[in-house]
Amino acid sequence: MFYREAGQFKTSYSADESVFPILQDRIGIAVILGLAFVVIPLTATSFTLSSVLIPVLIFSLAAIGLNLLTGYTGLLSLGTGGFMGVGAYACYKLTSLFPNANIIVLILASGFFSAGIGAVFGLPSLRIKGFYLAVATLASQFFLSWCFVRVPWLVNYNVSNAIEVPTRTMFDIPITGPNATPMTRYLVVLSIVVGMTWLASNLLRGRIGRTWMAVRDMDIAAELIGIRLYRTKLLAFAVSSFYCGVAGAMMVFLWLGAAEADSFNINQSFLILFMVIIGGLGSLIGSFFGAAFIWGLPIVLKMLPEFFGVKIHAATVEHLQFMTLGALIIFFLVVEPHGLARLWQIGKQKLRVWPFPY
Amino acid sequence: MDILYKIFIDPFVQMGGAPDLLVQTLWEGLVGGVLYALIALGFVLIFKASGVFNFAQGIMVVFAALTLVGLHEHGVPAYVALALTIAVMFGLAFTIERLVLRPLVNQPDIILFMATFGMTYFLIGLGELVFGGNPKIMIASELGLPRGAIEIKMLGGFVSLQKIDIAAAIIASIMVTVLAIFFQKTRIGRALRAVADSHKAALSVGISLEQIWVIVWFAAGIVALATGIMWGARSDVSFALEIIALKALPVLILGGFTSIPGAIVGGVIIGVGEKLGEFYWGPLLGSGIESWLAYVIALIFLLFRPQGLFGERIIERI
Amino acid sequence: MRAPTSGPEVAAGDVLLSVENVSLSFGGVKAVTDVSFDIRKGEIRAIIGPNGAGKTSMLNVINGFYHPQKGRISFKGKTRSKMRPHEAAHGGIARTFQNVALFRGMTALDNIMAGRTLKMHRNFFWQLLRFGPALAEEVEHRHRVEEIIEFLEIQAIRRVQVGRLPYGLQKRVELGRALAMEPELLLLDEPMAGMNLEEKEDMSRFVLDVNNHYGTTIALIEHDMGVVMDLSDRVVVLDHGIKIADGTPDQVKSNQKVIDAYLGVAH
Repeated sequence: MFYREAGQFKTSYSADESVFPILQDRIGIAVILGLAFVVIPLTATSFTLSSVLIPVLIFSLAAIGLNLLTGYTGLLSLGTGGFMGVGAYACYKLTSLFPNANIIVLILASGFFSAGIGAVFGLPSLRIKGFYLAVATLASQFFLSWCFVRVPWLVNYNVSNAIEVPTRTMFDIPITGPNATPMTRYLVVLSIVVGMTWLASNLLRGRIGRTWMAVRDMDIAAELIGIRLYRTKLLAFAVSSFYCGVAGAMMVFLWLGAAEADSFNINQSFLILFMVIIGGLGSLIGSFFGAAFIWGLPIVLKMLPEFFGVKIHAATVEHLQFMTLGALIIFFLVVEPHGLARLWQIGKQKLRVWPFPY
Repeated sequence: MDILYKIFIDPFVQMGGAPDLLVQTLWEGLVGGVLYALIALGFVLIFKASGVFNFAQGIMVVFAALTLVGLHEHGVPAYVALALTIAVMFGLAFTIERLVLRPLVNQPDIILFMATFGMTYFLIGLGELVFGGNPKIMIASELGLPRGAIEIKMLGGFVSLQKIDIAAAIIASIMVTVLAIFFQKTRIGRALRAVADSHKAALSVGISLEQIWVIVWFAAGIVALATGIMWGARSDVSFALEIIALKALPVLILGGFTSIPGAIVGGVIIGVGEKLGEFYWGPLLGSGIESWLAYVIALIFLLFRPQGLFGERIIERI
Repeated sequence: MRAPTSGPEVAAGDVLLSVENVSLSFGGVKAVTDVSFDIRKGEIRAIIGPNGAGKTSMLNVINGFYHPQKGRISFKGKTRSKMRPHEAAHGGIARTFQNVALFRGMTALDNIMAGRTLKMHRNFFWQLLRFGPALAEEVEHRHRVEEIIEFLEIQAIRRVQVGRLPYGLQKRVELGRALAMEPELLLLDEPMAGMNLEEKEDMSRFVLDVNNHYGTTIALIEHDMGVVMDLSDRVVVLDHGIKIADGTPDQVKSNQKVIDAYLGVAH
């Protein structure tokens, strides 16, 4: 009834190719952005900000990064955690090398380091495909994890062998470090994530996005229409790792405040992959859904027994959490293998034809 | 120059200087390799028959071992516990087929891969819930496995072979032989190879996919149980064992996802290469290079043979 | 449509592509043995032969997907023995496939837009911003793609994922993608396989229109003899990887070897 594109005619191809061709969608996204930038910072508690919203946004960005590679280019990667780590450690080294530089610039710049490393570890993709490639990306994960532990130079020879985030300010407001308020950190994270999502959507709708998807769907045919596979794949690895690297840097500097090598281990890679799959391969909005779901689920599961007033041993709760998470993943895959993004699409379609069934 | 000397000369001087140590290292690599090969074998069985990259194979190893030990702890005699564990593995195969594989038939590979992640989480939770998360000791002697070591005098020194390792090697070879005969000579084996080639074509000649899948996952469960017993006898039974599944993955890219001989040879190459690398080149880079060395070995092989050691050369058609 | 810019121009009627003594084998299996023929600018050239005659392998050699062990290929006067597929695409060779090779997860529009890849030059950072020149480029190519969509009469399906389209329409979208490359030489591998009469007639019309309107040279593999005889200017016949006849449809039709190859011969 209210969600219709009837009567909205496009008179130019550029209008037809805009991100939100339907008026209601444009209103919707404006409302969401308004909520995110104005209402939430004013109302949310600092617990909600630092334990829910900030991590979900950061993981969304990492999931977008992996989605560019796995969902759009069809290259399965299990090395996301490692690339996030490269971003985090690069950012740490940059802050110690350039103590006066703007921290946001440094966070974004650290993405270039992981982009470079990502492109190098993407090289096997030129020879191997599918699960063979997935296992090859595990090599990068293990190698990078090992470097984070064994190369003390990366943490400036800290005895704790961990990154300790220094305080950095912008316009005299602390952005990172122990004095930064959750609200500032939230707003910085939100701005970076929104901006980078917008850039990703631009990239995906243009020539580069099409070459990626062409390689995903049928690499041989892609080559025969003039797409160079090695360039396309390496670019996908580089851009994907850039996103993961920025997410990793934000994770340490704007969320955790300190991090050890363990924060970027293989479980992190798997977690991001879950988000991408549950959210929906090849969908930007799905990356947000997936991150929210996978991050939110354990929180909800933890709160449920308390909510019902049931006393269960903490260890048992944890075991039950694992089981529920596992079962829910399988359940979701069975119900909708294309992820939450597809459910969203179906919902929109239903809304469009409402009150008729189709 | 010094570093080149340390990489290319020094390790070999050491090997020549203490041949008994070299043999000992080779033997340990070989045994480790056999265990990798067993895990890889479980992967290969399932990948061949259902096209699923079964990430849960590692956790199946732990789960099987844990069930066995857990049952024994509750007072069940060792051999009865073994039989019961086999029954549990059958139940697991049946459940997985019914609840995971059947609803997800015809979905893209990556979706099935993810589903096995789900299984992994579920089994970790279930195993810890039922049997507790503490490390347990494998009931090796109760099952009649030998203990102790044989020391052989050779090359001007000692080489010590753990009896349990010898048993592991023997059991592994028996299992592989039995599986090979099963695949090549029996009706079910033929049906299984048909399913591996094409689900649809197999269905059209009246092969029951469901039945084949249960059989294959059950076989992989048995392999997992054997691996769990062997590995558990060398260290404790705990969820830390899960990590060995990740170590078996390079074996797969080396040997090819569909080749049983590939899994064996790949396992041995990785096991031996890893031990040699760790022992002779490890000190150069600092310890812990085991975690990625296997992958590097596999990747180097892949550069020259993208289809793996025993994979067939693929001619792309269009 | 404009002709591709790279390479020297070839006048109508001159040899555009020539295949000289090409042999190709896989292991011990000989796919093509010592085959020579040429394709002239502006003609429709059919390649026919029984199943397994090496026709598709021949097309794969022409656009660089297979590398022949022996022989040479000259395209627009440039001779080569080995070339990568994307170089062929650059040179102006486009093609469709026997088993439709579309990008199944993309819409019909995106598939055809993908065919314009080589014509789009705005770099990564413009693409990232999708602003000014990058957007203008996108819109300009969209215009051209819409012309093709109109020509092939597939306006209604432009936003549909091609994986969901019926076979006949998929073939049409695939032709659209090849046309979007503005090729000088268009290779069609069984464009009418599995189609009903009406669809065949439509497709034949498109092939003729492409050839007439845009002057695109076409090499096509087809099993329907009626179509081949009606459409093509010259026909080359392969059997077991060997060329057994070459000439106008009428010459080929009356060639004894061709009749034997198709009908079998008493030994």
